[in-house]
Amino acid sequence: MAAAAALEAVAPTGALWGLVHDFVMGQQEGPADQVAADVKSGSYTVLQVVEALGSSLENPEPRTRARGIQLLSQVLLQCQSLLLEKEVVHLILFYENRLKDHHLVIPSVLQGLRALSLCVALPPGLAVSVLKAIFQEVHVQSLLQVDRHTVYSIITNFMQTREEELKGLGADFTFGFIQVMDGEKDPRNLLVAFRIVHDLISRDYSLGPFVEELFEVTSCYFPIDFTPPPNDPHGIQREDLILSLRAVLASTPQFAEFLLPLLIEKVDSEILSAKLDSLQTLNACCAVYGQKELKDFLPSLWASIRREVFQTASERVEADGLAALHSLTACLSRSVLRADAEDLLDSFLSNILQDCRHHLCEPDMKLVWPSAKLLQAAAGASARACDRITSNVLPLLLEQFHKHGQSNQRRTILEMILGFLKLHQKWSYEDKDERPLNGFKDQLCSLVFMALTDPSTQLQLVGIRTFAVLGAQPDLLSSGDLELAVGHLYRLSFLEEDSQSWVAALEASGALAALYPIAFSSHLVPKLAEELRRGELDLSRGDEPTKRSRHLRCLQALSAISTHPNIVKETLPLLLQHLCRMNKGTVVAETSEVLAVCQSLQQVAEKCQRDPESCWYFHQTAVPCLLALAVQASMPEKEHSVLRKVLLEDEVLAALVSVIGTATTHLSPDLAAQSVAHIVPLFLDGNISFLPENSFPCRFQPFQDGSSGQSRLVALLMAFVCSLPRNVEIPQLNQLMRELVELSCCPSCPFSSTAAAKCFAGLLNKLPAGQQVDEFLQLAVDKVEAGLSPGPCRSQAFTLLLWVTKALVLRYHPLSSCLTDRLTGLLSDPELGPAAADGFSLLMSDCTDVLTRTGHAEVRLMFRQRFFTDNVPALVQGFHAASQDVKPNYLKGLSHVLNRLPKPVLLPELPTLLSLLLEALSCSDCVVQLSTLSCLQPLLLEAPQVMSLHVDTLVTKFLNLSSSPSMAVRIAALRCMHALTRLPTPVLLPYKPQVIRALAKPLDDKKRLVRKEAVSARGEWFLLGSPGS
Amino acid sequence: MVGGGGMGGGLLENANPLIYERSGERPVTAGEEDEQVPDSIDAREIFDLIRSINDPEHPLTLEELNVVEQVRVQVSDPESTVAVAFTPTIPHCSMATLIGLSIKVKLLRSLPSVSRWMCTLHQELMPRSMQDTAPGCVRLDSTGVNKQLADKERVAAALENTHLLEVVTSACQPAPEPGFFAPSHTQGSWPCFLNH
Repeated sequence: MAAAAALEAVAPTGALWGLVHDFVMGQQEGPADQVAADVKSGSYTVLQVVEALGSSLENPEPRTRARGIQLLSQVLLQCQSLLLEKEVVHLILFYENRLKDHHLVIPSVLQGLRALSLCVALPPGLAVSVLKAIFQEVHVQSLLQVDRHTVYSIITNFMQTREEELKGLGADFTFGFIQVMDGEKDPRNLLVAFRIVHDLISRDYSLGPFVEELFEVTSCYFPIDFTPPPNDPHGIQREDLILSLRAVLASTPQFAEFLLPLLIEKVDSEILSAKLDSLQTLNACCAVYGQKELKDFLPSLWASIRREVFQTASERVEADGLAALHSLTACLSRSVLRADAEDLLDSFLSNILQDCRHHLCEPDMKLVWPSAKLLQAAAGASARACDRITSNVLPLLLEQFHKHGQSNQRRTILEMILGFLKLHQKWSYEDKDERPLNGFKDQLCSLVFMALTDPSTQLQLVGIRTFAVLGAQPDLLSSGDLELAVGHLYRLSFLEEDSQSWVAALEASGALAALYPIAFSSHLVPKLAEELRRGELDLSRGDEPTKRSRHLRCLQALSAISTHPNIVKETLPLLLQHLCRMNKGTVVAETSEVLAVCQSLQQVAEKCQRDPESCWYFHQTAVPCLLALAVQASMPEKEHSVLRKVLLEDEVLAALVSVIGTATTHLSPDLAAQSVAHIVPLFLDGNISFLPENSFPCRFQPFQDGSSGQSRLVALLMAFVCSLPRNVEIPQLNQLMRELVELSCCPSCPFSSTAAAKCFAGLLNKLPAGQQVDEFLQLAVDKVEAGLSPGPCRSQAFTLLLWVTKALVLRYHPLSSCLTDRLTGLLSDPELGPAAADGFSLLMSDCTDVLTRTGHAEVRLMFRQRFFTDNVPALVQGFHAASQDVKPNYLKGLSHVLNRLPKPVLLPELPTLLSLLLEALSCSDCVVQLSTLSCLQPLLLEAPQVMSLHVDTLVTKFLNLSSSPSMAVRIAALRCMHALTRLPTPVLLPYKPQVIRALAKPLDDKKRLVRKEAVSARGEWFLLGSPGS
Repeated sequence: MVGGGGMGGGLLENANPLIYERSGERPVTAGEEDEQVPDSIDAREIFDLIRSINDPEHPLTLEELNVVEQVRVQVSDPESTVAVAFTPTIPHCSMATLIGLSIKVKLLRSLPSVSRWMCTLHQELMPRSMQDTAPGCVRLDSTGVNKQLADKERVAAALENTHLLEVVTSACQPAPEPGFFAPSHTQGSWPCFLNH
């Protein structure tokens, strides 16, 4: 027994000796892992490994010793968690002692210490002893990068687990580390070293007398100048180093006295990156500094920032300079003052004011804007700074406004005022009397009113925006100011010329009406109502363009101010009554007039969506009224008045569709259910009882006769039922779906049949998966198959197929693939092929009326990607198999799919598709050319490497297309020529002379828009490879 | 990136120049979108080519500094001639030749084949109320600059010079967004004051 056990013990030990020998003497690497694995599995102990190593650890040849220690260290790295405290103590003693050994041995010793530094069983006191030994015995900077990294790792490990012990070392630890990192050059090591310094500071290690040394040893890298080598495997970017160094430098106010002079010096340097880095570092410092640190440097800092913002040609320097000034001011504002201390903020702001103020008086000169921006950057930092600056600057600007008579000068001044006013919105003042703007209110208002009456549009625009900002200040304006302003806005809304002012006036009216509904409903709504009445009279008298445009403006103004529920209650009835009077024939109505009313209604509906109560009010008031008007219009009559038919036109119905849709999508389910109980019976049973006016000469039966005007109103049904929340149950659904399918294949009126197909698809998309969906689907498929066979309603059946496919594709329905296959098959149909190709565009695009996310349709996020992966192979295959005359259909379908695909999805697929796309460029169909070009252009910008493989073909084809007979193709081809310049320059240079010559031709194009593209493309090609670009 | 001088601590020749409005994008007319109607080259089209050239000193365009103006661009499409007059911001501006060269290069690159189009460039010293802003300044002779610009070989030779080409190239790069330094007067875009 005992002998067997002894044998067992000897056998592995014997194997261990062999492994050790192979590693140390045989210079093989494999045994190390083997030994580690055996130790881990418990075959032998660390002690046994040491024993086995015995002689090699004491070998006189340093290489052999190094090798022996290396094996031990590698084993320890993998097995440190198994070590007992006693073993750790011995090992540490051994390794510390070895630090004195030959330099060849040191790297392996450090590895071992790193393993031990991870050891949980390390008894207290040893961490300090190891570090002391390293600081004393090892000259770190003469080691290789990897070994230096090991030293940093040991320190990092100890800092993570033995913080208290290390702190016991006091400032000696800091000093030791300073010596370790002094002279470090490798970016990988620097990242670790910076991290350690940051921790030293942020975890409050004692820096003792070594603050300046620690600053020196890190700040010597500032500003970071590092360009990663090409194909750098370590992936360290310049930005990584910049940020980690910045974290160190800006981590403590103790560095301030050394850092601030350095930053000032670097801001003043010639190098852009140094300026930016310094300004950003200053910005970061302000988060931890206080008045004390900044005090002595404020004049120089201000001088540097001012100079940069005044002089720079770089937008980034300007932005960073302003940001730094903002933080400086914020920092000064934050500090709590003793009663007797000097307020640095005050003197600092005085300096800024002194240097910038006078520039504000020269609104034509370049420095006016940099000065205003500096003042605003400082004013934006705190309420105190804001008060101080605005109280100084506002009176000056008000005075300057009156001093300068020219509109453009006044505009600049008012725009500066606007900037300062906007800053006031950031601060809220508890006490009404303390609000600093109160004192200027009257002057500001009179100035704004001057601007509003100025002939210059630009000045008017700033005036409008300024008034909107004043209005947004709580309790600032008096009712008198508002009445005046409303008068001005009314006047501006009706300005004759086609200026931007009325658009801005409408926007401002909308914003202000939400805040001051009473002022608007008492002063503006009556005026607009009167205007609308007058407009009706004018319209009925005859066609006068200016009066018509006035009428349109009135409608737009009514919708613009409908931003408050109380105002909607006044404006909506006005608009609806207006539409009713048009329909009755008392007003001469053209399509465009009716459309304008619909657009206004649409805008009101959009504004009502935010507030559930307004939303229901709108729905309940507008939808029955619009349906009644439409039903009325659809009634067959003896004397067919022209006006009535206007409501049945495609465009008008489409506009009504979007009004009804918008009024429905945001309804709560229970309110929507109330509404659906009226509207579905109206269409299915002709139940007109809920309509406000319901005495019609005959019954309303939209599904009975596909050719009548009544069937066109199915579009309105579609607008409503397809916008309902998904959980609203639709009554008589079965009957409705059957009627819709019937109507969709009825050949007499394409508008009605398309509306029915869309409605069917919209409903199908929302139904929960189950038997019902499958039944409806079968119904549609049967109808489609029957319809597609030669006959009168092939195109109707195709439309139904298309919409049903879309409904299923959007929700990832399992049967969608059968339908898309059917659709792809139709590409080779001589009659329906082109329509099928265009159908792909519809499948991939977002609809506006049905199957929308806002209309609660089930639209899966990645449906385009999925459609792409499922169908593109079939399209490509179909293309290759197709006969020559139908090939363009496949290309067109494909390019529609690719065009709508998110570019990141397309890029990986590009290599396989590119050849097909290039072929599509030679296709004679303009639409294919155009959509291929618009597909290739972003690819050129985003995947220049892949595209550069085909540069030869691309150049030739683009140049060919730049003389296409179609202007749109020429423009797109030239844009692609422009985008080609993004390819790597060396690839392009051989083509440069040829391209520049060829692009001279479109410079002479007869169309200006083409010439413009040619100029910019050719300009870019000239810049290729030239110095300074 | 914005090119040109003006970086570093050095002082500009004219640090606080007068700024003029930028004209907005040319609105596209229905005629321009009609395939059939030919659009002739007019003064605005030529002006659009040169107005966005950057001043070598400032991050401002020649238009903003009023170095070029649409009224001082003469174009005749039937005769295929273009004449552009330009005025440096200050009469003795050392940059005059460079600005002229930049305009010349831009026109050469953008006009339909040079053999068909004749373009002449002319530096004017004080066409504006310049005397008021620079009283007592010596009238400098502009013929030197004009001679240089008219001389094809000298223009070609100048463009062989790498440094000159560099300045011209950076001048011809797209200008910074309006509203960066000066108020822009283009539609819809406004100077942003603070982007914090």
